[in-house]
Amino acid sequence: MRTEPDAQILPAGELTTSDRIRLQDVTVRYRLPRERIHSLKEYAIRLVQRRLEYIDFQALSGINLQVRAGEVLGVIGANGAGKSTLLKVVARVLPPGSGRVWTCGRVAPLLGISAAFHPELTGRENVFLNGALLGFSRQQMQERFDAIVEFSGLHNFIDAPIRTYSTGMVGRLGFAIATDVKPDILLIDEVLSVGDSEFSGKAEQRIADFCSAGIAVVVVSHALDRIRAMCTRAIWIDHGRIAAEGGADEVAKMYLESRAA
Amino acid sequence: MSTSGPLPVYDSSRRGFKPWLELREALRYRNAIAHLVRRDIVSRYKRSFLGILWTMLHPLGMMLVMALVFSNIMRAGPDFAAYLLSGLIAWTFFSQATQAVVSGYRWGVRLLHNIYIPHSVFAISAIGTGLVNLALSIVPLLLVMIVTGVPIRWTALYLPIPMLLLACFSLGVGLLLATVGIYFPDVSDMYQIILVAWMYLTPIIYPEALLPENLRLIITGANPMYYLIKLFRLPTFDGRLPTWQEFLPALLIAVITLLVGWWGFSRKESEFAYRT
Repeated sequence: MRTEPDAQILPAGELTTSDRIRLQDVTVRYRLPRERIHSLKEYAIRLVQRRLEYIDFQALSGINLQVRAGEVLGVIGANGAGKSTLLKVVARVLPPGSGRVWTCGRVAPLLGISAAFHPELTGRENVFLNGALLGFSRQQMQERFDAIVEFSGLHNFIDAPIRTYSTGMVGRLGFAIATDVKPDILLIDEVLSVGDSEFSGKAEQRIADFCSAGIAVVVVSHALDRIRAMCTRAIWIDHGRIAAEGGADEVAKMYLESRAA
Repeated sequence: MSTSGPLPVYDSSRRGFKPWLELREALRYRNAIAHLVRRDIVSRYKRSFLGILWTMLHPLGMMLVMALVFSNIMRAGPDFAAYLLSGLIAWTFFSQATQAVVSGYRWGVRLLHNIYIPHSVFAISAIGTGLVNLALSIVPLLLVMIVTGVPIRWTALYLPIPMLLLACFSLGVGLLLATVGIYFPDVSDMYQIILVAWMYLTPIIYPEALLPENLRLIITGANPMYYLIKLFRLPTFDGRLPTWQEFLPALLIAVITLLVGWWGFSRKESEFAYRT
């Protein structure tokens, strides 16, 4: 692989061993057709009529960011400001249009974790399927299976099909799988409200343990109190740009003032 | 049990030959592929009484209907059933597996929007599921051959090779369809129509010799499935190994289609994230 041009963009000396996430001048642009075109037939007609128009929607522009191990970064901003897009870029789900994304370590994205569940399969089968989709080997999953079931508290249901589970139970199992191994980078979208109050207490405790165990955490939330309580640092994203960056209290205050004005 | 050794690094600006990178990632996720195949097979039969038997009953039923209808029209001999079934199960594999690739992405895209998985995993697992079903449907073929008195020869052991080539071809076609499907979700509707026409243009139901001389060259010469189905039929129904003239076109078609499909898909796969 050619590595020379990369080295110029991001000199190796700048990266320290505690760096977990680096974003350099990251831009994400969605190209939306002015009117949604759903079919090949429609597309062909429009193409002939030269009526294809696009709107470029800049979801993120020129984002520079650095998150080190042990930091908990809060991300705040209005709906549609680009917070979730930022998480997706870090999770390797969305390749940036330009700029550079660099992460070091295993990423645990707590977004849509239960999307991989199949309703007809049992809880046990789903644990293995889900673990495989998260990139774990069969052996790793076998070692972790008991701990996952233990944490989810679903002993009695583990051999029943997932379709018989309640939404809360599915969420509990998903959370247990995704967080069983301590990740190096944890991405949290919105406040976790998984399961009943007993389970969400356990989930919160686990995240708090991770935060104090020196991993890098990025939390997207509208609950400013929670950002203030959890985060060592925060950024405020507005229309795809970083509007403010600094201590969690300070950024939250600026954000609130701007909304009041 | 945190990770030991060097931490995995993701660098969005890393250059490299995309088809190669995609292949390496797909291999790394082979456990996920195996689990997806397992999921498809287990979930399909979980709530049915006859379970896995359906995979064998389905081609048998299809064959029975077609044999009854066409043997009268074409005045075919007693070995018509085995001829028909040997072509039909190969065709069914191709049409089901390629459609499963497309529908696999319709489901998988939800996941791809949330967690990182090499995108080709869904296509490979759909073909894998099809291969398991194909292997199971060889059982009714052998049964029909015994019942109708078509001799089963040792050449049947050669079957894994035509199966592999069929799988490569189907994966290539499936990946191309999935790539077009990123932009136009209605490819699967159009593809279904194409499949019907394609099936009747391939000597599956009717014997090759039935084609008029002037049509035969077009239908057989320009139809990749003709070579692949023939390669599947030779060691079973005809009971002989293919000649090089019969083998090489099938090999070339399968390999080239797979390479083109893989290349096209890995160039465009990042677009999945931008579409819904």
